[in-house]
Amino acid sequence: MKVNAMNPQATENTIRLSLARPEFTLDVDLALPARGITVLFGASGSGKTTLLRCVAGLERAPNALVQIAGEVWQDERAGVFLPVWRRPLGVVFQEASLFDHLDVRGNLDYGLQRAGGSAPWRAASGELLAARDAAVELLGIGALLARRTHQLSGGERQRVAIARALAMQPRLLLLDEPLAALDHARRQEILPWLERLRDELRIPMLYVTHAADEVARLANTLVVLEHGRVKAMGPVAQVLSSLDAPVVLGDDAGALIDATVHAKDAQWHLAQVGFAGGALWLRDSGLTVGQGVRLRVLARDVSLALEKPQHTSLQNLLHCVVQSVAPDSHPSQTLLQLACGPTVLLARITARAVHDLQLVPGTPVWAQVKSVALVA
Amino acid sequence: MTLSADDLSAVWLTLQLASLTTLLLLVLSTPLAWWLARTPSRWRAPIGAVVALPLVLPPTVLGFYLLVTLGPNGPGGQLTQWLGFGTLPFTFAGLLLGSLIYSLPFAVQPIQHAFEAIGPRPWEVAATLRARPLDAFFTVALPLARPGFVTAAILTFAHTVGEFGMVLMMGGNIPGQTRVVSTQIYGHVEALEYAQAHWLAGGMVVFSFVVLLGLGLLKRGSVRVSP
Repeated sequence: MKVNAMNPQATENTIRLSLARPEFTLDVDLALPARGITVLFGASGSGKTTLLRCVAGLERAPNALVQIAGEVWQDERAGVFLPVWRRPLGVVFQEASLFDHLDVRGNLDYGLQRAGGSAPWRAASGELLAARDAAVELLGIGALLARRTHQLSGGERQRVAIARALAMQPRLLLLDEPLAALDHARRQEILPWLERLRDELRIPMLYVTHAADEVARLANTLVVLEHGRVKAMGPVAQVLSSLDAPVVLGDDAGALIDATVHAKDAQWHLAQVGFAGGALWLRDSGLTVGQGVRLRVLARDVSLALEKPQHTSLQNLLHCVVQSVAPDSHPSQTLLQLACGPTVLLARITARAVHDLQLVPGTPVWAQVKSVALVA
Repeated sequence: MTLSADDLSAVWLTLQLASLTTLLLLVLSTPLAWWLARTPSRWRAPIGAVVALPLVLPPTVLGFYLLVTLGPNGPGGQLTQWLGFGTLPFTFAGLLLGSLIYSLPFAVQPIQHAFEAIGPRPWEVAATLRARPLDAFFTVALPLARPGFVTAAILTFAHTVGEFGMVLMMGGNIPGQTRVVSTQIYGHVEALEYAQAHWLAGGMVVFSFVVLLGLGLLKRGSVRVSP
């Protein structure tokens, strides 16, 4: 094997490549976190799928460097290019792409029989079988193993495809718009499984999508691609709440907050969630105390007051400091970035209000949150 | 018994010729079909056209050129003589070679279309599951293309059974060596032996119908629900 000696410290994941295409010129330099989902977000034609295919080795970019978990998969300057079948990765394609001539178990075992560089006819090791069983359990497909692929629903097919990739114990999991071919109901069916992967797997995952709801629910790290270039990159909450390169998910700008359910008010059907810097009350939709949740607070649902409002119907007040002020798309509007401890909120108010209240960076304010949406 | 010994010998020879042609063509056509289905090369169109030539050319044209090329004075004939095989025209081997060329598109095209219909995705998936290219070819591409192979086999077999012009040019009409059913029927008609011609000709009609019916049923049964 032409791979670097395993260096225990070299666990970083580096993807550096440039590639000219008629529609775009891909030019990226990414460092993936060791675990969690890194979402590659961008419009179609932004190069995100090509980037993923280059990482997989399905396409070869000149001058590329791909180093995953300390192993060099591709370093053109050193003349290293591992073919796809020698890269310890898992790929989930847009359509489930199961092998129709095999049943579900046959699909899961196809890679297992070839893993570890062994001959296909050699039995898979106990470790690999355990990984397969864990993947079957993680995706909840135990009851489907004897089915033919055409007997599966779209959602089931995709879960089998994910399990098939995971059974290989990949060092990197690549997902290319895995929900794009599914209808709304099927997407909702798969998303919880993907959240589970995000929270339980100890490998980096690169997830390509152009769907905002998937970013909101799944991303730990967000990479925004535009015409092949990285427009913004960082922890998802940070990228979404930055003013200079605002990525608008859905219809409006807003902040994304990871929180934990702290308490429940059974009498009023409310639940309190806490996060670094504050706490919010929201409608209790069957949450359990201790559960992790992801919230979305839209900029238009946040108003500001200089003094703590009294006698107000709004239950959610957060003490913040204005971080930055930027003009919004319409001249009458202003977008403000608020620091609530380490958590960042966005607020959209009129430019006149900013002027009247003399809001500048450093001004302490009370943010009144009118509405909190539970993303996941 | 309504079929003479000559008739039965012609039937037997026909079956041998068709089976051998089918078997050899399936093996030879697979790599060719794969290449045609997947290559980005600019040679794809001309090579594909050459493969398809027997579809449109009169069999006598093919037979004529083969006869000339493989005859004692042709380059092919000189090669086979130099190799010690003698000349191929008017032998079973020559007939087989002619059949291979004559039926080539009937083997290549269904297999090629099957490979094209599968597309590159299963191939890529296999690679991400650690399959080397040759491994992926045998364990993914071939099984998925099976309907194409079945169609190719049936069409090649049936088409070889039905060839006439090429047989006449390349094989002559030597009993036991190159006289197949189609030329035997011709012989019967020439000799005004209509009753015997009827038995063989009727048999061919039934055979062809059964083949086409079987092909139709098979196609319907093997329709795949692809994503």
